[in-house]
Formats: sequence, C-alpha cells, structure tokens
Amino acid sequence: MTTVSLAPAAAGAAVCTPTIRSRMRRWLRKHPTLIVGAALLSTVAALSVAAPWIASHDPQALDPLARFRPPSAEHLFGTDAMGRDLFSRTVWGGRASLSVGLLVAVLATSAGVALGLLAGFVRWAEGPVMRLMDGLMAIPDILLAIALMAVTRAGLTTVVVAITVPQVPRVVRLVRSLALSLRERQYVEAAHALGTPLPVILIRHVLPNMITPLIVQATFIAATAILIEALLSFLGVGLPPQIPSWGTMMADARNFIAIAFHAALFPGLFLAATVLSVNLIGDGLRDALDPRLARQL
Amino acid sequence: MTASRDLRDDPPLLEIDELRTHFDTLAGTVRSVDGVSYRLNAGETLGIVGESGCGKSVTALSILRLLPSPPARFAGGAIRFRGIDLLSLSEREMRDIRGNRISMIFQEPMTSLNPVLTVGRQIAETVMLHQGLGRRAAWARAVEMLRLVQIAEPDRRAAEYPHQMSGGMRQRVMIALALACHPDVLIADEPTTALDVTIQAQILDLLRDLQARLGMGIIMITHDLGVVAECCDRVVVMYAGRKVEEAPVEDLFDRPLHPYTRALMASMPSMAGGGSRLPEIPGMVPAPQDLGAGCAFAPRCAFTTERCRREPPPLTAVGAGHAVACFEAERVGCITAAFPLPFQTSPSQAGASA
Amino acid sequence: MTYVLRRVAATLPVMAVVAILVFLLIHLSSGDPAALIAGDTATAEDIARLRGVLGLDQPLWNQFLRWIGRLAGGDLGTSIFTGVPVASLLAQRLEPTLSIALLTMTLAVLVSVPLGVLAAHKAGSWVDRLVMIFAVLAFSTPVFLVGYLFIYGFAIRLGWLPVQGYVSLAKGFWPWLSHLILPCVNLSLVYIALLTRMTRATVLDVLHEDYIRTARAKGLGVVAVLGHALRNAAIPIVTTIGVGIAFLIGGVVVSETVFAIPGVGRLVIDSVQRHDYPVIQSVLLLSAGMYVLINLLIDLSYRLFDPRIRA
Repeated sequence: MTTVSLAPAAAGAAVCTPTIRSRMRRWLRKHPTLIVGAALLSTVAALSVAAPWIASHDPQALDPLARFRPPSAEHLFGTDAMGRDLFSRTVWGGRASLSVGLLVAVLATSAGVALGLLAGFVRWAEGPVMRLMDGLMAIPDILLAIALMAVTRAGLTTVVVAITVPQVPRVVRLVRSLALSLRERQYVEAAHALGTPLPVILIRHVLPNMITPLIVQATFIAATAILIEALLSFLGVGLPPQIPSWGTMMADARNFIAIAFHAALFPGLFLAATVLSVNLIGDGLRDALDPRLARQL
Repeated sequence: MTASRDLRDDPPLLEIDELRTHFDTLAGTVRSVDGVSYRLNAGETLGIVGESGCGKSVTALSILRLLPSPPARFAGGAIRFRGIDLLSLSEREMRDIRGNRISMIFQEPMTSLNPVLTVGRQIAETVMLHQGLGRRAAWARAVEMLRLVQIAEPDRRAAEYPHQMSGGMRQRVMIALALACHPDVLIADEPTTALDVTIQAQILDLLRDLQARLGMGIIMITHDLGVVAECCDRVVVMYAGRKVEEAPVEDLFDRPLHPYTRALMASMPSMAGGGSRLPEIPGMVPAPQDLGAGCAFAPRCAFTTERCRREPPPLTAVGAGHAVACFEAERVGCITAAFPLPFQTSPSQAGASA
Repeated sequence: MTYVLRRVAATLPVMAVVAILVFLLIHLSSGDPAALIAGDTATAEDIARLRGVLGLDQPLWNQFLRWIGRLAGGDLGTSIFTGVPVASLLAQRLEPTLSIALLTMTLAVLVSVPLGVLAAHKAGSWVDRLVMIFAVLAFSTPVFLVGYLFIYGFAIRLGWLPVQGYVSLAKGFWPWLSHLILPCVNLSLVYIALLTRMTRATVLDVLHEDYIRTARAKGLGVVAVLGHALRNAAIPIVTTIGVGIAFLIGGVVVSETVFAIPGVGRLVIDSVQRHDYPVIQSVLLLSAGMYVLINLLIDLSYRLFDPRIRA
C-alpha cells in the first residue's frame, strides 16, 4: 500500500487503467440505452463529418435527366424530383441537423444557467426573470420558433436563435430549482458568511453541483432542437434552400410520395435515428448519473 | 412433526405448517421464513414476537399471499384455513378469502388508507365486493362499522377523507375496514407501533372488546412484549425466520426458556422503570442469508456451547403447550428462577404494558 | 373560491408577459418592421405610407397601449396580406384545427392511460419493455415521417382513407372523420408516448404505497386495485396532459402541412412567408391563451382528484 501511494502518478495510472476500463465496461453493460444511443449517434455523426469526402455528388447539383431514380449503385439513396443525389444530400443534411442540435444545446444551456443563477441568487431579479420565463413557456415552442423566423431572414444563425429562445425557460427553471436547494447548503451559507464574492461562490460551490442535471437537460434539448430544425425547414420557414437539410428534403418529397417514396424515407429515417439516439443518450445519462432526476426532467 | 402439532387434536381455525417463504435476490436466496409452524384457534389471540427482520411480518403477508412474487416464493409447507390449503388456491379463490374470511390491519394507519377516497367508501367497497350488498346498504354497514369501532358521529366521519383524521382514528377505521365482513381471522401487524401510548391502549382495548363480541381469532404481530402480555393467549417467539419458543402467555412470562425470549424480556421496560430505556440485546439479527449451520442466535447468546454452533436445536415440548428450540433451555430456566427478570420482581406480574 | 380566484389571478402576469413579447416580436427584427412587412419590392414611399397606416411612427409604449386597447375590444387587427380582419380569417380556419386537436387529445388519453397502467402493472415484463420501446420510438420519430408512411400505406397503397385535405363536419360525419383519422392517429403518437411514460412512472410509484397493499388485503381484484392506483396517480397524469398541449399545438401546424389541411397552422406558415404580422401575433396570443387556460383548468381540477388540496 505504502509503495503505491509513494509511487509517482505514472505508475499509479498504469495500475489503474485496466480496472477503470473494466469498470467502464461494467457500467456500460448496465446501461444499454446509452450504448445503443451512442453507437447510433456516432454513426450519423461520422457520416456527417465525412460528408465532403463520402458524398458521391454535389448535394445541390441538379440533373433533370436523372429525376426520381430509385436507389442504385450510382445513387445510393436514389434521386429526388430535381435529380439531386439523395445520399449526398442526406449526409450533408446531417451536418446541419447536428450543428443546430449542438449549438442550441450549448446556447440554451448557457443562457439558461445565467438567467437561472440570476433568479436563484439575486433577489430582485427573481420575479422579473421567472415571469418572463412563464410567458415564454406559455407559447408552444414550435410556434415561437416559427414567429421568430418570421421577423428574421432564414439562415443558420437565425434558425439557431429561433430554436434556442423557446428552450431557455426549461433550463432556467431547472437551474433555479437547483439553486434554491443549493442556496441552503451549509458550505454555501458558510462561504456567504465569510464574505466570498457571489461569482466565486457560484463557480466554486454551485455550478459543479449542477453539472449532472445540466448535461442531461442539454442532451434532451439537443434532441428537441434537431427535431424542431427539421420541422421548421419542412414548413419552409427554417434553413434556406441552399443548405441541405432533412426537413427541406422531406418537404420536397411531399408531392411525390406516390412515385418516389424513397425521397422521403431516407432523410426521415436519418432524422428519426438521430433524434432517437440523442434521446436514448439523455435517458441513459439520466439513469446512470442520477436516477432521482427522472422526476424532474 | 412439530411439538405444537400434537398438543391438541381438534381442527384448528388456521394452521401454518412448516412454512418456508424465500426471497430470490441478486445476493442469493433469503430464507425469511424457514420452516415455521403454528396454529390459531377460534376466539384466540396468538402473539408473534420478535425483532424486526425475524420474519414475523412475512409470515403474516404469506397467509394472505400478499407478497410480490417474484422475488417472494413459497418453498414449502402449507397454510391451512379450516383445513383448506391457501397455497393451493387460485388467485381468484384467494381474493374471496382476503378481507372476507381473513383480514389484516397494518402498522402505518397514516399511509395504509387511500388518501383520495372517503373512509366510508373504502369500507363499503369491501362489503359490496364480498357480501354483494348494494351501494346504499354497504354505506350503512360502513357507518355501522365506524360506530362499532367507537368513532363519534360515524355518519359524518364516513364521508371524510383519511387526512381529516388523527392516527388513532385512522387505525380504528382500518379495524372497521378489516372487520366489515366479520372475518374468522384478523391479522394485526404491529397495529399500535405507530401510535402514541394512550392511543395504543385504547386500540388494544378495542380489539379485545371486538374479539369478545365477534369471536374472531387474532394473530397479533408485535415486537412489544407489553402488547403481548396485555392481549395474547399464546405466544410464538420468532428469530431469524424460525420459531424458537411457543407457550401460553403466562407460562412464557413465568418461565422463558429460550435465551432470546429471556433477552427480549430483559430489555422490556419494567413497571417501576417507567419510560427509561433498557439494555438492548447486543448484536443484530443476522441477515437470513448469512446463517451458519447451528443455532441462528448462537452469535448473540450468553449460553452458547460448541453444540449450538454445530447443529440447529430442534423444537422440543417442555410442558403443556410449551415448546422451545434450545439445547440449553434447562439452564436458562434455572437462571431465570434464580435471578428474576426486572418485571417479574414488580408486584403486578406480566402486566408490564408500555 | 379564494383558491380559484388566486389561481385565475396568477395567470394574468403570464398573459401580460405573453402580450408584451408578442407585441415586441415585430420590433425584434433587425431591420425596419415596415420595410419587412412591405417586402423586397416596396419603394421607400410605400414603406413610409405603411408605417403611418400601422402606427409604427408612434412611440413604442403608445403603440402598445393602442394595440392592447384594440385587443381588449376584441379586435385582433387586420391581415396585411389579405386585408381581411384577422378574427374572420381565423374563424374560417378554426374548425379543422380544433377538430384535429380535440380528436388527437381524446385518442391519446384513451390509448395512453390504459397502456401506461398496463406497463406499470407488468413492470419488468416483455409487455412493459415493448410499451416502453414503442414510447421512446414514438417520441423520437418526426411527425412527418410517420405521416408520409401513413399516406403512402393507408391512403395511396391500400386506398382506405383519403390522401389529404379536410371536409367540414357540416358535410357529414364520415367524410369529416375519414379525413381526420390519419392526421390524428399520426399526431397522437408523440402525445401517447409522453403520456404513457408518465402514467407508467406515476402508477408504478403508487403501486408501492401501503394503501395499495390494503386494497389487495381487502380482496380487490387487479382491475380494482389498479383503479385505486390510477386515482392517486391522476394529478401527474393530468398535469402531463396540460404540458402536452404545447406539443399538440406545435404538432397541429406540422400535421396540417403534411395532410394539406387548411387550418390555423397552415395560416401561420403562409403568414410567415407573407410577413403578415397581425395574423402571426394573433395566433401566438390565442394559442398561449389556450395553453394558459387549459392549464388553469387542470390546476383547478386537482381538487377533484385529491381531497387534501381542498383544505
């Protein structure tokens, strides 16, 4: 025992690695939803990241002579009404979906944490912030996103903002309820009594205790964001046509379901798989990290 | 087979015969009840005593087959009610027994009643189910039952919800609920543990009074020997899923022969001692899966010998209705005779209710 | 009574915030709202005239008060694109949207509550697992994917139901219903997923309560015991129904596009493309109002389910 504790860190690491790995393996076996979700998501993510190299065609190139082609060696997923290669569009579409999901999750969580801490720790701010959030929550998130898109020009940034705004209240509510319970903890009160400045207390004592629920919440928000982006694009109020998106592809396919169902099937399946994988990861993380969260999220 | 079996020959109301209730858990099989036998006669109150975890509640829940299965499993034995083996009945037939022929009241009156239904409705529901009464007649019965358990203004109270009542009153409601169909057997699982002392006494009085009127047999499960002294005719002492001693109540308090029974009594507050906390039995009830080959009480016992650790002591008849599972019973008896237990020295013997 | 009043009063600040947000919406845009409304082809003169007509040259608070005043009088404004009062525009579109919403909700509750109770009763079994897998899948599958599958399968291939469109109830029950079956079943899936999970979780919790053991000890059968459990699980379930209203309203918009149903949702999308702000604002206000109202009613209904709240 003594020799181990005296040994340099490297030796300790060498001793620890197999146990950590086996512990990880056991942990993963206990949480199959996490594995399935992660496997599914990494497949979609790999295809999307590799889009410029694996796309067989220019996703926007029209080919009037090759419309509604069924899946073949030339066009893996076939072609759409304008002869565009669906495989190329699908893998490029993944980039849009995943970027939106990631950006919205990060932005909504950051904004939500800031506002939630404000409401939880600054007395005068609590009323106004929470009333604002109640108001935002009363408007269904898709409608609010649609309305926000109405006043801006379609683009990746505006879509991200329009989807982020309705998700912020979910984070604020979570952060505030966590803050209210943390505020009463003895170490927080003690830090207060010692005159520690609020930002230091927040960063050192409060935020670390919120990380787990926030990660889980952010995962669910990413799933919602991917879905809403697709819905907005499907409705024609999302990403501009020059950015390939699964929602746009679904909308394009709408009038040709009878003759070219594959044009709707592939982007739809990718979208479903992506949202499913992120939701599974969220469920898995919640169950693995903190089962008590099931009540709140 | 067992000592208690050949004590009497008339058919008993309820007979537990070598019952084994096991739980299959990830850590292995837990033998919560492991070969327990006892019988209950009509109009009699049988006490089942032991620390928590000794299997007394599991026995009770086994009788009504209320344990979730899995993990619970009947690994052997029989539960005969008027000669019918309850373990062989279908779930449907069992439902006709529950609340009708055999009823049960529980420890926690605060949580054992449905918070969103009026107490009258909860009683009436049972009556409608088992006796086919109409809504109105069933409600009348519910009110009558509330009157029987001495709740003032039963008409008004029947329309109230559990949260509007005190703990003692809720336990009265539970009793009314359990007795609504005039069952033959009432199983009372720590009925007074959650109540304060004066209410405890009232509830025990009520049960005794109702028994005199309705004539049901009562199985009184408790860890409190005071309760046993007050209302039981016979007592079964359980330890680690087994019966270690059985005796008529006076006999048991006069002459406890199992070291565990003696230890329970020694830790009982005496009349003189009032509310002062008395020495508890050292050690803990072993987890049922950790039992060795010998007597389960050996690790905590002051009388342990080599033999105790090697083989389990069989249950042996030592007098009229008195049986004990201990190799050293004689020695325990001598010690008690020589050094009376605290309550035995006080003037009113065996009346040491809390 | 004071309880009811307090609950009603609590909705007022929410609606006030919604009104402010909705009012500010057009001022949030990066450019001049009048220019945005007038569109790309408008001249500077057109824009100036529009600004005057819309009162956009007034101070902000003045505009807000006038707007609120008109709303209080029941005037939702006039559609810029069609020149028709928004109220009458909405009235034409309300029937299909309400039909979808009500039918979907009814269907969802009828399916998901028994399903959730069943899953809780059989917790851990393959039935439970199947129900939960279905719930996760249904929650993650986008409405339009299943919508397309339905159209392709039931309408185009099998020809059982109409492909798209809407027929008013006034023209007969079956024509009306036949056009609604696919959109409503489609839309209810998300809702069913949400409600089933919630029902399962709460009923499962309740099944561990002491009073459930009492109910079984009374000799009640499985159905009656589950009934006892469901009554105690009602509040979280009903709350989830209320939260789900937001999903429903959002879903209706998509569903109307998938099945080409001329409802309020379609109107909103068209209005976004036409920069017809008064219409968008009205729909936002009304749907938020609906959401708040339904949740208020649900809040008040708690007292029916739990007598302890009455005190």
